[in-house]
Amino acid sequence: MPDPYLLRALLFGLGLAVVAAPLGCFVVWRRMAYYGEAISQAALIGVALALALSLDLTAGVLIVTLAVSGLLLLLGRQQVVPFDSLLGLIAHAALAAGVIAASLVSGRQPDLMGFLFGDILAISTADLYWIFLGGSVALAALISIWRPLLSLSVHEDLAAAEGTQTERIKFVFVVVLALVVAIAIKIVGALLTIAFLIMPAAAARPLARTPEGMAVVAAAFGMLAVAAGLFMSVTLDTPAGPSIVLVLAGLFALSILPSVLRRGR
Amino acid sequence: MQGREGLGLPLQPGAAGPLARDSIGDAHGGHAAPREQKVEARSPVVHDPAALISARGLALARSGRPILTGIDIDISPGEIVTLIGPNGAGKTMLVRSLLGLEPIDGGSVRRRDGLVIGYAPQRFEVDRAIPLTVARFVALGRPADRAEVERVLADVGAGKLLRRQLSELSGGELQRVVLARALARRPSLLVLDEPSRGVDYAGEAELYTLIGRLRTDRGFGVLLVSHDLHIVMAQSDRVICLNRHVCCSGVPQQVAQHPEYARLFGPQAARALAVYHHQHDHRHDLAGAPRPAATPGGPAGESRS
Repeated sequence: MPDPYLLRALLFGLGLAVVAAPLGCFVVWRRMAYYGEAISQAALIGVALALALSLDLTAGVLIVTLAVSGLLLLLGRQQVVPFDSLLGLIAHAALAAGVIAASLVSGRQPDLMGFLFGDILAISTADLYWIFLGGSVALAALISIWRPLLSLSVHEDLAAAEGTQTERIKFVFVVVLALVVAIAIKIVGALLTIAFLIMPAAAARPLARTPEGMAVVAAAFGMLAVAAGLFMSVTLDTPAGPSIVLVLAGLFALSILPSVLRRGR
Repeated sequence: MQGREGLGLPLQPGAAGPLARDSIGDAHGGHAAPREQKVEARSPVVHDPAALISARGLALARSGRPILTGIDIDISPGEIVTLIGPNGAGKTMLVRSLLGLEPIDGGSVRRRDGLVIGYAPQRFEVDRAIPLTVARFVALGRPADRAEVERVLADVGAGKLLRRQLSELSGGELQRVVLARALARRPSLLVLDEPSRGVDYAGEAELYTLIGRLRTDRGFGVLLVSHDLHIVMAQSDRVICLNRHVCCSGVPQQVAQHPEYARLFGPQAARALAVYHHQHDHRHDLAGAPRPAATPGGPAGESRS
């Protein structure tokens, strides 16, 4: 019989895998991996904010991921500094600020490792509410914009000419991404969250012929990785977040191998 | 016909006048006007109320350089309007600003309420990161059942591509599939930016015949961008010759003989066109394969008003 904390971690991880899979597909299709990186590294500031104001940790992180999304929207208006440089700048500035803020707030040496790489022991019943209620909202929102978001991801000008409200759809997507990143921080940590989004999707791509097929395969890979990663963590006493990510990397390697050997596609 | 460039009117010089071809950056619109679209800037601006899409005094500048000035254009239901002009004339930019894809710097654009646009952009880069079948791509423009997707793909000679991945298509196949998506939307206005890229010369003629036939069947308006007046002659109701402003416009035969056209494309082009008659004892489908001759669909260049 597994410990209750392990059961909570497993439920949380499986729920997250389902929500993260379709979202991660869009992150891959829209080439937003570094965008996701920037907002998830900013999550540490949110952790400090939550500690300082005695907020729910996920709520504190959500405030910050939304704020950074807004900041990136504003900074995207200028064209003097390329956007990818900007993302790198924000990601690392936010990480630095987060580490400092967390060390100031906690008063003692904070468990930085837990926040950076995830901590399954920290998953509470409240977190299960976050993933199952917040996750359902995120999934429902994503499904409601699925068609227009897919259309503009395939060809934005064509979608816009056909009457898709591209700015509004992209805004909804960015808010959903901020929400899921904020929830995911708990289990895989600020540094590995984006891996949990893009790795299942990337591993699913060579096996998929439809967008929805890719999301379903990604969800299956994500769930498999959560189960295998937690098992590895318990049996080998390895950190849980990195274990999950390592399993995902292995799945990706297996999935991409035939394409590499064929050269192309 | 209420449009100032309406069919049947004698050939008219463009807004800037034939002798003012190089005086780009005049007082028309200019930078004083705020970036606006679908905004009637001043009360005297009158759009053709019957037009599907209409622009008055449209001006566009990028990095301080004027790209389009003083463009007046109307496209009416059931009308095929072809935009021709040399490279760099601003054809694609004009199309994009009419579609609302580019912010304009002066003048106004009005799209009729409830306008359904089917659009085939000039360049279509397939993103291989997204797994997508041809059928799914076509249905992305408007939810359509399988039978309708098949029919519209068959219309453009791409029926066999239904289950293929978009990323596996050749350039010519992709052009046809993009056209099929535009048609699947059941458009009231079809906007095709150089639809013949990747299609050979005979396929090009077939493509324009198809567009002419579908126009007759379904009654949509068509805005076509072409680099070559030659090939679009038979199907166009009206040709607008563009070089950052409207140089001249009218029925194709008139434009071909206009001095502005000769200046832009060289006298040989105009002479060649004046005597051009396409003699074909067979047809080609869009893939270029010859077929037995058949009567062309509908009287070409039929007068519409």
